Amino acid sequence: MDSYDAPELTPRQDASSRLKDFFIGATPLQKRLESVRKQTSFIPTPPRRKIPQGSQLQEDVDPQKFAVLLHKQWTLYSLTPLYKFSYTDFKEYSKLLTAFIAAEKKKGLAVEVGDDFNIKVIFSTLMGVKGTERDPEAFLVQILSKSQLPSEHKEGKVLWTGWFCCVFGDSLLETVSEDFTCLPLFLANGAETNTAIIGTWFQKTFDCYFRPLAISSFNLSWMAAMWTACKMDHYMATTEFLWSVPCSPHSLDISYAIHPEDAKALWDNVHKTPGEVTQEEVDLFMDCLYSHFHRHFKIHLSATRLVRVSTSVASAHTDGKIKVSLKKSSYFFLFLHSF
Amino acid sequence: MSSQKKVNSWARKRTSQDSSSYQTRLSAWRVKEDLNDSKSISECGQNNTVEDCEGADGQTENALQIALRYFEKGPIKTSQNKEKHLKTVENVAWKNGLAPEGIDILLSVALSGKFGSAVSTRIFKCMIPATLISEDSVVKAVSWLCAGKCSGSTKVLFYRWLVAMFDFIDHKEQINLLYGFFFASLQDDALCPYVCHLLYLLTKKENVLVLFQGMQPHLQALLSLYKFFVPTLISVSLPMKKKIYFKNSENLWQTALLALRSRNQGFPSEPLKLMLANVYPIKRKWNSHSIIPVLNSCNYSKESRKKRMNLSDYFSSNGSFPLEQLKSFPQLLQNIHCLELPSQMGAVLNSSLLLHYINCVRDESLLLRLYHWLSQTLQEECIWYKVNNYDHGKEFANFLDTILRAECFLQEGFYSCEAFLYKSLPLWDGLCCRSQFLQLVSWIPFSSFSEVKPLLFDHLSRLFFTSSIFFKCSVLQCLKELLQNWLLWLSMDVHVKSVRNSPLETTLGGSMNSVSELIHYVGWLSTTAVRLESNRTFLLHFILDFYEKVCDIYINYNLPLVVLFPPGVFYPVLLSLDSSILNQLCYIMDRYHKNLTAAKKNEIEFSFSSKTYQEFNQYLTAMVGCLWTSKPFQKGLYIDPEVLGNASVAEYKKSLNLVHHPAFLSYTVSFLLQECPEERKVNMSSIRGKKWNWYLDYLFSEGLHGLKHFIRSSIHRSSVP
Repeated sequence: MDSYDAPELTPRQDASSRLKDFFIGATPLQKRLESVRKQTSFIPTPPRRKIPQGSQLQEDVDPQKFAVLLHKQWTLYSLTPLYKFSYTDFKEYSKLLTAFIAAEKKKGLAVEVGDDFNIKVIFSTLMGVKGTERDPEAFLVQILSKSQLPSEHKEGKVLWTGWFCCVFGDSLLETVSEDFTCLPLFLANGAETNTAIIGTWFQKTFDCYFRPLAISSFNLSWMAAMWTACKMDHYMATTEFLWSVPCSPHSLDISYAIHPEDAKALWDNVHKTPGEVTQEEVDLFMDCLYSHFHRHFKIHLSATRLVRVSTSVASAHTDGKIKVSLKKSSYFFLFLHSF
Repeated sequence: MSSQKKVNSWARKRTSQDSSSYQTRLSAWRVKEDLNDSKSISECGQNNTVEDCEGADGQTENALQIALRYFEKGPIKTSQNKEKHLKTVENVAWKNGLAPEGIDILLSVALSGKFGSAVSTRIFKCMIPATLISEDSVVKAVSWLCAGKCSGSTKVLFYRWLVAMFDFIDHKEQINLLYGFFFASLQDDALCPYVCHLLYLLTKKENVLVLFQGMQPHLQALLSLYKFFVPTLISVSLPMKKKIYFKNSENLWQTALLALRSRNQGFPSEPLKLMLANVYPIKRKWNSHSIIPVLNSCNYSKESRKKRMNLSDYFSSNGSFPLEQLKSFPQLLQNIHCLELPSQMGAVLNSSLLLHYINCVRDESLLLRLYHWLSQTLQEECIWYKVNNYDHGKEFANFLDTILRAECFLQEGFYSCEAFLYKSLPLWDGLCCRSQFLQLVSWIPFSSFSEVKPLLFDHLSRLFFTSSIFFKCSVLQCLKELLQNWLLWLSMDVHVKSVRNSPLETTLGGSMNSVSELIHYVGWLSTTAVRLESNRTFLLHFILDFYEKVCDIYINYNLPLVVLFPPGVFYPVLLSLDSSILNQLCYIMDRYHKNLTAAKKNEIEFSFSSKTYQEFNQYLTAMVGCLWTSKPFQKGLYIDPEVLGNASVAEYKKSLNLVHHPAFLSYTVSFLLQECPEERKVNMSSIRGKKWNWYLDYLFSEGLHGLKHFIRSSIHRSSVP
């Protein structure tokens, strides 16, 4: 089985270009597969993460736009790259999407693009909401209700908001060709029916696919640690954890609230490496909380499942719902980075 | 009974007719449905007790016939019956759909207004065709409209129904003749939008002879179509920079139709409620009832990019051929250069024509779109990431089946499935969707085995060793298919591409190494499995099936590779108690022999290591010793005579040949009894000389062809013992 290796032996040497492509990993598809293989063979989460300091990119963030993103509960979706999406066609998109929503709601009657409907869809970019220069710009989609009176308040209230972003998406960007725009995170706020209609339109128009994004307990404890680490002048809310015990007929929830300053003090004791957070620190932080709880209630929280974390900075639920409270943008990026 | 027969003959007549008049994508499955349906109806019709038709179904069929007759006759003054019959009709319709005959009757009943408007409404809502709708029924219905016996709301409902069911009508020639009638109905304000929609579907160039004013969106939509066909006749100026929507997907009947369709295609028949209910806790299915998107040509994004929203441009653009019109392979060939691709690439999974297209167009972004969609969908639908849900499990299995059909059709695995296996195989319990999962494994595209092994095959071997013999056999089967797919791919590749001069170099040896690693891996699995399952015949069959592929690689696939089985497989098989196993071994040894001889002839081109030949010769000697010369294991095997004495087989050397081998004992006895059936005691050692040759012929006549080939090629018959 070893003698046929000698290259000059066979006239059939020049096997296939596809085969060669495969070994070299030339096409984006194969690069993608390569990266999946790598991800699968190594530990999925890096054992340490840097705490990003505010970059110049984030300075570009328009504070007014940014305010839209705060104090709302967002449902997370993971999104495949958008095909033939163009930032220059926003006007066209809002017209088409408006008509599409109207058509969906009227069910069966003809509508036309550019008609006057009682809603309006607005597409706009969210400048600066990205991790590196290479990340594509984030953008915002809003549905506004138009008031019937032709007064000066022509734009009514916001019915639905959703935004698409990519923060530190380097590994993904390598694996798509230029026909695609890679914005892997989609966040929606508003009625589920609207999310469905708009999601459908995006899926049909840009051949992408939305998948609900759940946050694992593992990632929740990372978020808890990193948010606790944030330095605050004054705290608005207590730090709260929610654990779930699966038992029938109803699952049992255990809520655990700590004064944010105590949590911060605990973290400062645990935290050793400046500028980054390590897996050991996160584990130790959570273990301290567990042992404290066990001393008082004789319950091993480590045997249950962490389902929600809320701090003054933000809160997150395992079913993929998050809320960001703090205005300081760098913390917000910290959060986005954690996906 | 009689009406059932009529239905049956009707259905047959329909299927024989040309289906090219169908307008949209619905037709493909409708014809299939038609066949299925006519079959099941005929079974019921001929014999009421046929097992295929459940008793309950037969009863409801009868109840339906009674109910239809009741409605046909007209109202009798007992309202109780009316409700009962109506219920029957509704139940059957929502469950199985209605035959054309039934629809014909009900349509007349509803539009005659005999039972009042409320009943008519209910009838319309449940008028779900199982197969097709006869054009005659529609024509009859229109004549009922002229009789003016039904209310305005029933008329509206009729038009909505007609638009929804338009594609189910078998012919449209006569309906087209009624164009003028429909046109006149435009004057009715309530009917106007629906009639417009109907005309939109019905209008052909020759219909555009009239011109009228009106600026509502639905009228505009119709008018712009008129203007496109005959621009000179339409003097109205239409805003051309607009796109028109007629949206009819979410109508009253859509859900029922889709549910019915999926049931008729052989999916499990859950009650309708379940199909409609929200089974998915996290994300409701967005605007679609199946996982795979519906085939639609690209309309929005392409148009908007070109900044060209003109309807007539949309229709006349010679550049593209809409997918919805694609029905046959010749059409595909004619329009392959200008085919409009689906807006959602996942839809190709349901269309064999588009799979052809994908296969020959090597467009990277097209494949990437499919890849992204498939990866994400597999991840979302995979059931062991969710709470166990039986119904959902079936849906997932169906989805995997569709993917597998496509892979089989293309004879090529999808990268998304491979990536999905990397992630999900380590978490697999070995039970859930087993057949689908193993088939996915067998379609893994050719790659470096050592690279894939830690990601896939190590997990698979863990499951293999801890699972039942049936699982082991299924795994061996799937690895055999994997080997076959790799070999086919490599052999095709070598032939096709050897002509081209490619600057990149990958040695054939490299790919052969990967294949040989796969074979050695299966050899290792087999050796251990034979021990774990203590030489079970069932398992040995699957192992030998694998080696039947392996032994013929050189001759069948023209690839320079011969890998023998490991001793841990060869010896248990040689000493097996089952004659068919031994026969299969003989066949494989014969094929090895032929492959090695052929390879030796072409030695200038390839040369195998002398180790392979040595190994083969060793096996061959052992086989000849055990089957022919009664001198087994002459070399390299020492057994303590004491052990043999204890086992009372001190004379073991004489007890292994074609006559005495345990696998052939029964043949020997029946051969001897054939000669003298009265004998109470047979003398086995009497088979010698000429009798030995007769015995051989007897064995061959019993179907041991493998043995025959082996003896012909490896043993010189002069040396009869």
